[in-house]
Amino acid sequence: MGPQILPGIGLMHYLAVGAALLVLGMFGILLNRKNVITLMMSIELILVGVNINLVGFSAALHDLAGQVLALFVLTVAAAEAAIGLAIVVIYFRNRGSIEVDDVTMMKG
Amino acid sequence: MLASALFWVFAILLIVSAALVISARNPVHAVLFLILGFFNAAGLFLLAGAEFLAMILVVVYVGAVAVLFLFVVMMLDVSFTQVREGLQRYAPVGTAIGIVLLVELVMTLGGLGAAMPQAAAGLTATPTHLSNTTALGLLLYTHYVLAFQLSGLVLLVAMIGAIVLTLREKPRARRQSVARQTSREVADTLQLVNVRPGQSIAELGVLRPLETPPIPSIPDLIGATASALPADPTRDGSA
Repeated sequence: MGPQILPGIGLMHYLAVGAALLVLGMFGILLNRKNVITLMMSIELILVGVNINLVGFSAALHDLAGQVLALFVLTVAAAEAAIGLAIVVIYFRNRGSIEVDDVTMMKG
Repeated sequence: MLASALFWVFAILLIVSAALVISARNPVHAVLFLILGFFNAAGLFLLAGAEFLAMILVVVYVGAVAVLFLFVVMMLDVSFTQVREGLQRYAPVGTAIGIVLLVELVMTLGGLGAAMPQAAAGLTATPTHLSNTTALGLLLYTHYVLAFQLSGLVLLVAMIGAIVLTLREKPRARRQSVARQTSREVADTLQLVNVRPGQSIAELGVLRPLETPPIPSIPDLIGATASALPADPTRDGSA
């Protein structure tokens, strides 16, 4: 069962939630070929799953390093969202659509 | 136990809203479910004792990132009718990869659960005499100061990159040219002319400096709104 974080709730529960979010995010990336914004939201879901894993480990192992790492993940995720959405905006400005299948025209 | 019950509420709501994010037909609804998911993830963080991260998740993710998503979704006027049309084609391989991933994760978790040491219940990572934010700050500004500065650099580069990518230079925009303004002298723009009483300016033939200047004179700037070009010679003496 592993170490307990709350009464009756162990590390495994947190890791299971993180794994479920990761799988759902992968589903979102693989199934969605039309909308880049949904794809980026799936990436955000994956990063939140990673953060839940890190916070769960931090609480279970009594080590704050996991929370520090989660803070850095949040930072990088915010930067990624800003750049990605800027790319989506200029892509839409040039193409008039944000379909994922059309993005292959960007290769040289 | 209330905290354990809250864990289940937050976890189930988080997973349900995550499933709705990727399956919502309308991207605006997807972003709203993403915000709900972030709130529930913040609740999970709070239950695990990561209070500062929970607040950061609400402030940064809900307040900035999700609103940015909402902004872009509403700004790009995408037609949502054919959004789902690729689903049938990619559903089998997507499902297969997802199931493989899930099975791998479950096996990994099962192995990990046996290997993890048992620890006392109800303890958090925060030392008892410090608040979570204080403890995190003490660690962040000492051991992780280099990574902290680098993450600030990442944010700076992201900000500059986003501005550079989306800034559109308008060719017809009128901008203030400070160099031209400060290099302007009285002799370029002002001419003192003796005017006898009763004489009209048209007779005098002087409406602007006699040499064609590189800098437009004041009446030209007031009169010509269409172009910022220097004085056009046909207007000399007329009007």
